[in-house]
Amino acid sequence: MANADCIIIQGSNMAECHPVGFQWVAEAKARGAKVIHVDPRFTRTSAVADKHIPIRAGSDVVLLGALINYVISHDLWFKEYVTAYTNAATLVHEDFRDTEDLGGLFSGFDPKTGAYDTASWSYAEETGDVIDEPGPGAEHGSGTSARAAGDQFGSGGPSLEHAQVHRDDTLQDPRSVFQIVKRHYSRYTPEMVRDMCGIDAADFEYLARTITENSGRERTTCFAYAVGWTQHSLGTQFIRAAAILQLLLGNVGRPGGGIMALRGHASIQGSTDIPTLFNLLPGYLPVPSAGRHDTLSKYLDAIASKKQKGYWANADAYTISLLKAWWGDAARAENDWAYDYLPRLTGAHGTYETVMGMLEDKIEGYFLLGQNPAVGSAHGRMQRMGMSHLKWLVVRDLNLIESATWWKEGPEIESGELRTEDIETEVFFMPAATHVEKAGSFTQTQRLLQWRHQAVAPPGECQSELQFFYELGKRIRAKLAGSDDERDRPLLDLTWDYPTDEHGDPDAEAVLAEINGRYLYGPDAGKPLSAFTQLRPDGSTSAGCWIYTGVYADGINHAASRKPGREQGPAAPEWGWAWPANRRILYNRASADPEGKPWSERKKYIWWDQEQGRWVGDDVPDFPVDRAPGSHPDPDLGGPAALSGDDPFIMQADGKGWLFAPTGLVDGPLPTHYEAQESPVANALYRQQQSPARLVFPRADNLSAPSAGTSGVDVYPFVFTTYRLTEHHTAGGMSRWLPYLSELQPEMFCEVSPELAAERGLEPNGWATIISPRSAIEARVLVTERMTPLVVGGHTVHQIGLPYHWGVGSNAVVSGDAANDLLGVTLDPNVQIQESKVASCDIRPGRRPRGADLLALVAEYQARSGTTIATGNSAVTDPAAEGIGAEDTGEGGSAEGGP
Amino acid sequence: MGQLSGPTDPTVDAHWEHNHPRQGFFTDTSICIGCKACEVACKEWNHNPRDGNLELLGSSYDNTGALGASTWRHVAFVEQGQERIAEARESGRALVNLGMPRIGPPSEPDPLDLSEVDTTPPDTPDFRWLMSSDVCKHCTHAGCLDVCPTGALFRTEFGTVVVQDDVCNGCGTCVAGCPFGVIERRSDGTAAVAAQREEQHAEHPAVPNVGVAQKCTLCYDRLLTDETPACAKACPTTSIKFGDHEDMVQTARERVAELHAKGLTEARLYGANELDGVGGTGSVFLLLDEPEVYGLPPDPRVPTADLPRMYRRAGVAVAGMLAAAAVAFLGGRA
Repeated sequence: MANADCIIIQGSNMAECHPVGFQWVAEAKARGAKVIHVDPRFTRTSAVADKHIPIRAGSDVVLLGALINYVISHDLWFKEYVTAYTNAATLVHEDFRDTEDLGGLFSGFDPKTGAYDTASWSYAEETGDVIDEPGPGAEHGSGTSARAAGDQFGSGGPSLEHAQVHRDDTLQDPRSVFQIVKRHYSRYTPEMVRDMCGIDAADFEYLARTITENSGRERTTCFAYAVGWTQHSLGTQFIRAAAILQLLLGNVGRPGGGIMALRGHASIQGSTDIPTLFNLLPGYLPVPSAGRHDTLSKYLDAIASKKQKGYWANADAYTISLLKAWWGDAARAENDWAYDYLPRLTGAHGTYETVMGMLEDKIEGYFLLGQNPAVGSAHGRMQRMGMSHLKWLVVRDLNLIESATWWKEGPEIESGELRTEDIETEVFFMPAATHVEKAGSFTQTQRLLQWRHQAVAPPGECQSELQFFYELGKRIRAKLAGSDDERDRPLLDLTWDYPTDEHGDPDAEAVLAEINGRYLYGPDAGKPLSAFTQLRPDGSTSAGCWIYTGVYADGINHAASRKPGREQGPAAPEWGWAWPANRRILYNRASADPEGKPWSERKKYIWWDQEQGRWVGDDVPDFPVDRAPGSHPDPDLGGPAALSGDDPFIMQADGKGWLFAPTGLVDGPLPTHYEAQESPVANALYRQQQSPARLVFPRADNLSAPSAGTSGVDVYPFVFTTYRLTEHHTAGGMSRWLPYLSELQPEMFCEVSPELAAERGLEPNGWATIISPRSAIEARVLVTERMTPLVVGGHTVHQIGLPYHWGVGSNAVVSGDAANDLLGVTLDPNVQIQESKVASCDIRPGRRPRGADLLALVAEYQARSGTTIATGNSAVTDPAAEGIGAEDTGEGGSAEGGP
Repeated sequence: MGQLSGPTDPTVDAHWEHNHPRQGFFTDTSICIGCKACEVACKEWNHNPRDGNLELLGSSYDNTGALGASTWRHVAFVEQGQERIAEARESGRALVNLGMPRIGPPSEPDPLDLSEVDTTPPDTPDFRWLMSSDVCKHCTHAGCLDVCPTGALFRTEFGTVVVQDDVCNGCGTCVAGCPFGVIERRSDGTAAVAAQREEQHAEHPAVPNVGVAQKCTLCYDRLLTDETPACAKACPTTSIKFGDHEDMVQTARERVAELHAKGLTEARLYGANELDGVGGTGSVFLLLDEPEVYGLPPDPRVPTADLPRMYRRAGVAVAGMLAAAAVAFLGGRA
């Protein structure tokens, strides 16, 4: 980021939530970069930015779409980059229908299942057929088959049968991706931005000019986002929109470019690389799905075709090496490398589906590790009620967090909904070691692994996670010892042996070495691997996470490298270790032009050295190192060998950056603006109000406020957004128990504009009650001009800011009502993330009622607004506009061929 | 005793027999992000107890309020509209154009001279949020030190001013002696913080140094081992810089010039003028508005600076009284 000429921070409050990473923004600014912050609130990030542009929460795709339109219509896109490195020239199948053709839906929507059949979004084959996803799950031209749900993709999800795409390099064919993108965003205008985002034309012009003037051969612009973009019912598409813009401007794979995904806390990047997610195996391999991936070959075919380009074609080597790392000698060719030991998914098992499973008594036990869902997850009441149905609950944390005490002092005890003596859940609290009391690695936002040494031994019975799980595994295996039940084999055959210290804590470096992988046979047997390209699908190598292979090359812990930046080159390769292959900028082949020359001296990074016949530069080249710029191997070679000299996007099945996503997304191939699940504003772009493929949960305990255009919308007239403060850490488990942090932000508060305070009679530093269809909470009032009422579509929209750090309990230094209790559960269908950055509420002065009166207040609002289980939960707002007959909604069918 | 006012090297005044350069902070508020890491790092290192009643102050994001016995770094948050920004820009320009005090012979070409530079301001934003981390000024002429009757306060070899907890008798004279309201006696009204995790939920440890005057030591214990003070070390944006006082002042002056050159004429220095009422401060600040906006006195003056004048006047008065008495006596005789 320090190399950027312009930084757009949108969907993130970077200075507050990532203050350490923000040093690079400060550095860029010191070098002359422009910093613009687009956010509903004026925050500490805005305070040090060159400009703050207030935006209505949830309208980001309108703004980004308008920037895309601006870049295309003012002819400001980076032509050589776009033509050579993106899929702009690729032709899409003729059955594809855009939202412009229909009423706001893409072709393929099935109103019965509420999901898309994505077949018509595919690339066209020369024969006129589609280039489909590989594997047995795909049916050509089928209009009705339910496609893979988002949870069935790893990051190798967007795969293709092969890479023989049909191109029009003039970009003029109406079926070319470029023309489709151009048409799709043609109505995303500055006027639309004014009417939907509340951003006036002058501010839009300033933003668009600053970005475009700082993009091109000589200059680069960087975007940074965090959960302000992800936590929406179409969060994935917010980021896709930024990706399209950055590709059009040539800002990907170059120094000072890209899109920084700012991860929320230490090693949350690591927890997706070596995942705590239900649908991923290490290294972004998908968890197999029952019925779809029943054999290893079916599974591997679904990840990637051997005929597609790039490194996902070697998924067999990554998978089999993982199985060897986990099951050692029990993973053999004749048992498909123990593939059947892997559990199978039968559907989405994200945190919210799990909680609903608890409420249905389908789930008996629950481990909470570094997570405080009673405070930190959307719909706190549902979380706590769910836990009250469990037989057992294990909370491993530093402190007695609210998720460990809800049964005696949670809000439902006070309201009378739960009585301690009726709750049968057995709660175990296991004290955890802190980060200074254990060794291991953190992987941060930039994919950098940084080693953390143990400073002191944990006190008392506190344990590291490593020790806890190692012990748990040993005890379970001891209980199963001698079992001849097939279902116990995966546990009994695990490689489960690590050296431990005198306290029984496993050696974290031994785990790192296992993750890195080693040769299993031959002269090098036992030797650590130094690159993932050494992995083989024949059982001769093991690796616990293929993208981390190399971190322990030559038996050296490279994550512990700490050579100061001033003592090394610009990429600082000897500070920590970045996956993959210690590469600091991904897709950095794109930092050179198609001939392999740097786009400019100023932005020189990786280039082709004709004499040496290889790619050289400041970083590890992200490309086959000897593949000459002009080479065009036969695409049918498949894998890395098929990559052309101008295919910088080596993980993409066609080697190109995707402006249009033919596969991999379940809610649309192009980002399209839909309103949030709850919105007082009508979608001015389409008849369709909300994202049709969003995941809704129509339940009595999960009511949604009426949206614009339906009755009762004025009962919850205000928009609220939730966020964090620098002084606290997420749900407070690591900050509300610390006096030094608690005293800096001691009480729950809400941020409101002076206009809203006047309208509702809110006293500065007094109390306010905020009511949503789920709950009501109280907060102190912070009246501030940092909150700006926005005029949207002729109406004033007031936004209320709610930090979510406090919870109800007596063990912490400070406590208070939890903002997340106000939220409902509506999810993005690609990744199951909740919509917590925008929802509807009312606000009034004074403290909230106590006991049963609180429930009465919430019920009174629900009744007055006429909210029912059906409210806001229909997939298609106006079936007629989409060419969907009434009979279709009952029977299912294709939305193709609409008006 | 050395000088009581005006430019001087306080370590020389204190008769330290070495050439240790004076150490100090430069707090550049233009890049402060208000994270309060300085407040936390300071308390953590110095084992200072929690402050306050755990209630919102209703003062933007500031829930600390002021510097005090247990709070040695304090981040102020100030929200301002367009009019105030324009005024600040104007007053800052006037300050610099009138000529800041300069170091070195006047014949030297001054790189900070902006008379030839175009300082047309960029568009005035309609809103800003100022953040500034305040700290003890470690004055050249330190009122607290000068009035301390026990010798508990002393001038270190780094030119800083430090309380010796075991010598201080809590008389409180220094509290009135500080023109910035920095030093304070510690009451026992707040809880100390557990140093060990085992103590967390057990009995809270006793508050240390109750009744004794307390303030920033510029991490004297860390300076002795060549370590950066905790606040500067923790600052993620280098808003708090630490080093030789002379370099700090020079860096600060260059930064003001840089901002003025960009049209940000609201920038001005605080504490860098050795001709001010405290002989300049060891902690210098770059502010974006008048000092009062941040809760800083616009024209701080060490009370002891007036001692010679007071003694002279007292002397004159005594002489006058004596003369009057003599006249009365002589007159009586006549």
